[in-house]
Amino acid sequence: MKRRKLEELFFRLLMVLATIVVAGSFFLIVGTIFIKGVHYMSWDMITKVPGGGFYIGKDGGVLNAIIGSMYVAGGATILGLLISIPVALFINIYIDGKMFLSNTLRAAFDVLFGIPSIVYGAFGFLIMIYFGIRASLLGGIIAVTLLVIPILVRTLDEVIRTVPFELRDAALSLGATRWEMAKVVLRQIRPGIFTAILLSFGRAIGDVASVLFTAGFSDNIPTSLHEPAATLPLAIFFQLGSPVEEVQGRGYASALILTIIVLVITVLSDILIKKFSKHKI
Amino acid sequence: MNLRLLKDKIVAKLMLVFTLASVSLLLVIGIGLYYKSIPILHKLSWAQLLTTSIWKPLKGLFGFYPFIMGTLWVTGIAIIVALPLCLLTALYIVEYAPGRIKRILTPFVNLLSGIPPVIFGVWGVLFIIPLIQDHIAPHFVEFSTGYSVLAGGIVLAVMIFPLIVSIVSEVLRTIPQELKDASLSLGATKWETIKKVVLKKALPGIVAAIVLAISRAFGETIAVLMVCGNNAAVPHSVFDPGYPLPALIANNYGEMLSIPLYDSALMFAALLLFIIILLFNIISRVILTRLERRLAA
Repeated sequence: MKRRKLEELFFRLLMVLATIVVAGSFFLIVGTIFIKGVHYMSWDMITKVPGGGFYIGKDGGVLNAIIGSMYVAGGATILGLLISIPVALFINIYIDGKMFLSNTLRAAFDVLFGIPSIVYGAFGFLIMIYFGIRASLLGGIIAVTLLVIPILVRTLDEVIRTVPFELRDAALSLGATRWEMAKVVLRQIRPGIFTAILLSFGRAIGDVASVLFTAGFSDNIPTSLHEPAATLPLAIFFQLGSPVEEVQGRGYASALILTIIVLVITVLSDILIKKFSKHKI
Repeated sequence: MNLRLLKDKIVAKLMLVFTLASVSLLLVIGIGLYYKSIPILHKLSWAQLLTTSIWKPLKGLFGFYPFIMGTLWVTGIAIIVALPLCLLTALYIVEYAPGRIKRILTPFVNLLSGIPPVIFGVWGVLFIIPLIQDHIAPHFVEFSTGYSVLAGGIVLAVMIFPLIVSIVSEVLRTIPQELKDASLSLGATKWETIKKVVLKKALPGIVAAIVLAISRAFGETIAVLMVCGNNAAVPHSVFDPGYPLPALIANNYGEMLSIPLYDSALMFAALLLFIIILLFNIISRVILTRLERRLAA
């Protein structure tokens, strides 16, 4: 009898410890990045592009990479949204009733979601060779769009499914066509669309493997779609590989910048999700 | 009236096109990568590519065995580290934690899943590498730089924490309360109930979570590349460096167009990843949907 109680206690303790490790790893990561990065953080880092000799430790910042990342992630999210909204509506509204078909489509997007970004990067590279596009902002946006489409479709699909059937039926019973009903649904899920945008943007801004072949790298802020664009994660990766201590330090600072951007995005989307589920009718 | 119907029809067709186009991506990626791998598959057979271990692109020798082993080592270590921790965490969150703690914990798992891979890589370099080099390795081997499959495995393990925890807790939540009550009312302790009833019932779901986690770990590129040492040899212990497939692709894109067959070899690596991950994803989805259906019935 005593042994059973002891076993219970032992495993309970183990569970608490495991939970501390899992939840604590978040603090460990953010803490490590913060401690190492804050020392090299400066106003110049986020307001200047790399100057001459930046990569041997002289003046400059990573504004080129910050803006480049924003362009790539923003462009990909907008493009992805234009494709994903019709897809999510189609799965939920137009093939209503044929459960097998819609579930198969959902499963396909789930699988696409599981494809790693390096494969999307390699495939994006193939598309670029095929169309004769050089490593550029456009190439990066194409590859990252492929990456975010499954994320957007899955999120939008889940949000649309929360819209009550009564609402759809009410619209239809008033004589609305399916498209007019879809517009009602779209209005209903507006906060959900924002959540999807944030999720996709957060994923897009942090991904390296997909932009590695496709976006190139440049010390300037791109002014057209055909110029190569630096991205923040890639800048971190390159700076960390440098033997110069000052440059490595800036890599840590860049990592801190990226971490902050991503955390803000995640927290915002978390708040939105909560708000959204509260106002659900 | 007619105009409205027409609009509806046009929109329907348009959406169908968008949907088919994006779903067919799955097929197009596979075909595209295969098409690009044809040159190397003409020269060497699948068996040769997968089982030989000499990697000398300049001499036309492409043996993927070390890279496949590198991937397996890193993934294996990641699962071994992550699985017990995540299982216990999920059990705690679902079965034991009071509501307040549950509400605090869930966002952290969420936040962890939002951290970009490159940040995990930086953390690995700053924290895990020195830890292995100075504190873990000296107990077992004479010398290690810290850049090893163990470092890659640990970093990957942390990366797949959120995935496993969220799927397993979802599965645990579906276990009917009646089953647990029946066990408890027979005098079993809570842990005995978990061990003999909950875990047994949740097993297929846990397997699905593992399979999905493996496929995620397989494809992870940059974080692993930063801590693994990238040495094209088969690792023999956890302190040996390894060179996983995704790292191989990412590291060599610069030179791949200047050496004959090199680009084809790298695209073959991507194809390999794609096929394995596709299979694993389908397997886990099948298990999970079966589970869902059984619950619905």
